[in-house]
Amino acid sequence: MKILVTVKRVPDTAAEKRLDPDDKTLDRESVETIMNPVDEYAVEEALRLKEAAGGEVVVLCMGPTSALPAVRKALSMGPDAAVHVHDDGLHGSDAFNTSRVLAAAIKTVEPDLVLLGSESTDARTSLVPSALAEFLGWPALTNAKKLEIDGTTVRVHRETETGYDVVEADGPAVVSVVKGINEPRYPSFKGIMAAKSRPVTDLTLSDLDIDPSEVGAAGATTEVVEFAPRPPKQAGQKVEDPGDGSAATQLAEFLASNKFI
Amino acid sequence: MATVLVLVEHEGGAPKKVTYQMLGKARELGDVAAVFVGEDGLEAATGELGRHGAATVYAATGEGWSEASTLPVVEALAAAAERAEPAAILVASTPSGKDVAARLGARKGWGVLADVVDLDGDLVATQSVFGGATTVRSRVRTGTPVLTVKPNAFGVPEPGDRSPEVVDLGLSREPGRADVRVIERVTSEQGGRPDVAEAEIIVSGGRGLQDPANFALVEALADTLGAAVGASRAAVDAGWYPHQHQVGQTGKTVSPQLYVAVGISGAIQHRAGMQTSKTIVAVNKDGDAPIFSISDFGVVGDLFKVVPRLTEEVAKRKG
Ligand SMILES: Cc1cc2nc3c(=O)[nH]c(=O)nc-3n(C[C@H](O)[C@H](O)[C@H](O)COP(=O)(O)OP(=O)(O)OC[C@H]3O[C@@H](n4cnc5c(N)ncnc54)[C@H](O)[C@@H]3O)c2cc1C
Ligand SMILES: Nc1ncnc2c1ncn2[C@@H]1O[C@H](COP(=O)(O)O)[C@@H](O)[C@H]1O
Repeated sequence: MKILVTVKRVPDTAAEKRLDPDDKTLDRESVETIMNPVDEYAVEEALRLKEAAGGEVVVLCMGPTSALPAVRKALSMGPDAAVHVHDDGLHGSDAFNTSRVLAAAIKTVEPDLVLLGSESTDARTSLVPSALAEFLGWPALTNAKKLEIDGTTVRVHRETETGYDVVEADGPAVVSVVKGINEPRYPSFKGIMAAKSRPVTDLTLSDLDIDPSEVGAAGATTEVVEFAPRPPKQAGQKVEDPGDGSAATQLAEFLASNKFI
Repeated sequence: MATVLVLVEHEGGAPKKVTYQMLGKARELGDVAAVFVGEDGLEAATGELGRHGAATVYAATGEGWSEASTLPVVEALAAAAERAEPAAILVASTPSGKDVAARLGARKGWGVLADVVDLDGDLVATQSVFGGATTVRSRVRTGTPVLTVKPNAFGVPEPGDRSPEVVDLGLSREPGRADVRVIERVTSEQGGRPDVAEAEIIVSGGRGLQDPANFALVEALADTLGAAVGASRAAVDAGWYPHQHQVGQTGKTVSPQLYVAVGISGAIQHRAGMQTSKTIVAVNKDGDAPIFSISDFGVVGDLFKVVPRLTEEVAKRKG
């Protein structure tokens, strides 16, 4: 089975994220960046499927050349190869165009299964998995906390607000996984060394037959009108409990005066 | 006046609160048409939808029109949009709502804005990004704007007594290549507590609880306050509480009226998921814990002493 896993490069979760005042896109160049943490679970799940049933795992990333370390990080966990879509025309892409470009790249790989993280830690829209599936004309099984492949049937325990749904579809399918579906492995030293020699195929928009005016900032279906930092919340009152828990009374008083009780 | 379509989020015909919140907002913007997709429950839902402002209810109901599968909902919403030619489409920012919005946008070439917390008359949407550190105002450039609306971003206006016109969309469908079959729906034991993503009050526990059994302290306080239970990643990763309850950068982003942090240090990744809460209170034995820097009221003390007494106090005051 050929499994493709998408990997996004995002700012480090501890970094202060900011928008570039000029073009109102996320500034990823002035901060430490990492592989989207949730995508680690997707890579791990792909590797486990391969280890159980054989096959091949290919990583796909769309992002500038500075995203290459995230691709290498993914490869160091064990995938066989990677595809990296980069093109200046992609700067400022929204979820719609990202999905469209990823779908076009996926068609060049022809996988049996596409795995994604359920959301990226920077955009956090969770729109890409389903939009991507729509562009491919495939079923989307999103927010999987458990994944089983049974012949051509893909079965998932899909996390809901109140529990989970058992859902299935016929492959090839798109599956997004939630954090916690597995325990991602740490790349070994051997893995890190081996990743350096794994093939990375570079693709541009012209390789994918996509007109640059249709994607990136030029072709975005949405736009930021304005943005402003939100003033940080101020610390209020702080009381020291004498050791017997009696400060609870003051806290209850506070809750009552704010009509929570 | 322009029409605004609202996709009804419901369970077996009982609309969820977020549906009423969206209907209320839609009423400020234009005529309101609700779109109901579900195998049954239309009749039960119609009255409520009318009381909350829907002039029209477009319906796709009967076998195969499950609200739990994305494609039927996308098809019904697209058909309703064709009839109503709305100025905007509002969908709840829930996992299933986002799937619907994403597929609809991709299918039609319509722009989608996710996690909207406010919307003005020109359909410029406000979103809170980077864990609440930045507020962005955005608009859709292409096609009919599809907006996923965060639960609790809007209030529920006083219900009226309108009875809406029900329009059956008259759709039929054969499951196709991209369809997903729903085999079973499992509801987990939440002890009757509200869901973290929708709750008005959340009590969250962290590593300071020291043992999974001590989450009982958090649950007891949550129950007296009518709150949902949240957890830090450290608590979730230790296996003390299920992943669905995790708040933070790799968990849920919540914005309740009141957030109570118990034994949580307040790491940046945790704050990113809760710092837009209206009121924050914390109990932590370390006076320097970063959670206090964003708390409206902090108690420096031992949670094992403070929390049980707080639960008692709250119960007493509630009578
Ligand atoms: C990529 C990435 C993503 C992450 N995503 C998330 C996320 O989504 N959500 C999240 O929460 N974290 C996330 N984290 C983890 C985050 O950095 C912290 O490690 C985590 O939030 C700490 O959880 P905690 O506050 O429960 O534990 P700790 O930091 O260990 O804090 C425990 C607190 O309990 C207090 N305490 C101990 N005993 C008592 C007592 N008896 N009475 C009162 N107080 C007591 C201590 O003073 C301490 O402040 C992420 C980290 C990374 C690297
Ligand atoms: N530029 C990208 N390159 C590769 N994968 C991406 C990209 N953007 C989003 N994804 C994938 O889509 C998932 C959901 O992201 P999002 O919809 O942005 O929250 C992520 O976990 C990634 O796996």
